[in-house]
Amino acid sequence: MTDLIRLTAAQTAAVVASGEASAVEVAQAHLDRITAVDERVHAFLHVDTEGALAAAAAVDTARAAGEHLGALAGVPLALKDVMTQKGIPTTCGSRILEGWRPPYDATVTARLKAAGVVILGKTNMDEFAMGSSTEHSAYGPTHNPWDLERIPGGSGGGSAAAVAAFEAPLAIGTDTGGSIRQPAAVTGTVGVKPTYGAVSRYGLVALASSLDQAGPCARTVLDTALLHATIAGHDPLDSTSAPVPVPDVVGAALRGDVRGMKIGVVTELGGEGYQAGVRQRFDEAVAILTELGAEVVEVSCPNFPYALAAYYLILPSECSSNLAKFDGMRFGLRVGENDGSPSVEQVMGRTRAAGFGDETIRRIMLGTYALSAGYYDAYYGSAQKVRTLITRDFAAAFEQVDVLVSPTAPTTAFKLGEKLDDPLAMYLNDIATIPANLAGTPGMSLPVGLAPEDGLPVGLQIMAPAMGDDRLYNVGAALEAALLERWGRPILEEAPSL
Amino acid sequence: MSDTPSITRDDVAHLARLARIDVPPEQLDHYAEQLQVILGAVAQVSEVASDDVPPMSHPLPLVNVFREDVVRPTLSNAEALSGAPSVESERFRVPRILDEE
Repeated sequence: MTDLIRLTAAQTAAVVASGEASAVEVAQAHLDRITAVDERVHAFLHVDTEGALAAAAAVDTARAAGEHLGALAGVPLALKDVMTQKGIPTTCGSRILEGWRPPYDATVTARLKAAGVVILGKTNMDEFAMGSSTEHSAYGPTHNPWDLERIPGGSGGGSAAAVAAFEAPLAIGTDTGGSIRQPAAVTGTVGVKPTYGAVSRYGLVALASSLDQAGPCARTVLDTALLHATIAGHDPLDSTSAPVPVPDVVGAALRGDVRGMKIGVVTELGGEGYQAGVRQRFDEAVAILTELGAEVVEVSCPNFPYALAAYYLILPSECSSNLAKFDGMRFGLRVGENDGSPSVEQVMGRTRAAGFGDETIRRIMLGTYALSAGYYDAYYGSAQKVRTLITRDFAAAFEQVDVLVSPTAPTTAFKLGEKLDDPLAMYLNDIATIPANLAGTPGMSLPVGLAPEDGLPVGLQIMAPAMGDDRLYNVGAALEAALLERWGRPILEEAPSL
Repeated sequence: MSDTPSITRDDVAHLARLARIDVPPEQLDHYAEQLQVILGAVAQVSEVASDDVPPMSHPLPLVNVFREDVVRPTLSNAEALSGAPSVESERFRVPRILDEE
């Protein structure tokens, strides 16, 4: 019998549709895999065995009744724990939401359910999506399936690790500064941050509302596109949802033809500070794009070096406001209510100190500082101007080229604990992914090989203009096919067996 | 940058109070040191943020997004209260909001 956990999402849907395997068998195979490996990987915070099998059974019933099945019906998926799912624990990796069961589905969750996607459980993440390693999860880190001593990236390390460890062919991530793309890069998987506003934020617990964007994680470009098409589209419940049609991402992933395209290598992303093996695999991939018929030029985005600084003012500012709602009054943790006769403000202070981790507290205080009287113009105001400059850099670049490329992350997966005590060193992991969040433009990371010095995956980032998400898939599919031909088998086959 | 204001433990205590987080006194120096380093690094935004550059708060140029004013199903009282730490008479029960006499 086919090894059901090794199939792509597209293959899985075909197997279910043809009746070669039932959706319940597919779900059970993945639940068994989770039981076998997740004690070591720790990709999941909660596994919903009962719900997953029930959803799979519903797909089998629909098939038996001759109903039309969607493109991903019966395909298992891991949902990042920042997305609400009715009745299922949703913690955002934080103690302050421990035990909370949301009374409603996020729009993304509702669309997945309607498409017959089988949600296996909720994945681990840095607390409220702040981090690049999942080490800021209150429930312990996720381990990289390529080397269990290393980080899986963050904040969506759980989603990327679940996909890389064959615990699920698909996962949902969210990307505020690189939290889909950087984990994809360090785990040898594919991840896309769609254009801002392309996927509804309703039910996505907000970190920085003007930057947050949910998106797909998978092992192939086509699977990523199929999931993208399933979750994207205008949603009246999110007033920042873009009222425009979703580009044909699946068609683009099936096309994969870069002949005649102009591709720009960003001068400012890839020099000093980037690991030698990362640069080498990136350069080789760019050469392949040339061989495939694209014209590759170098493009300068002179304000990109200021993106990181602007981001670490804008994000904490929005975060300090968004996280004010976690005050122990209406949901989640409440601490110290019976210690003396405390006021409501004292209980809030005790609850937030007990419920938030170190990094969350740091960023809330940073944002509070940046927004405070006397500093607003110098910090938050200046950061907003840099945001304009970054957006202008992108606009000028896309006058010259169809897409931009860069390494996704400056290094391969680092060791757990290595950067935990140095916040600034941790922030540098997002140096190449942040510009797209500031401008609201889409980006993809896909694996382009293993760094010679450590044998760990390297990701290449493709960036496109707003609502040009289909370009990511077209270029990504072309590169993926050419690399697969060279390698002879998918990159995840090189990972050690768990 | 040289003109980055220095962050003292009193500043951190003030920020923590504004943010309603009871940061223990023994952690104030630690946070002060880290915030100082981070602020020193992010202050470089002022190098390029000249007066002629307009600020950008959001990537989408959307204004006044309206919907039809129609009644839709919402959460029931019980659902809305389902995650509350404390409930009384179908309401959120909270600690005292006024100072004691």
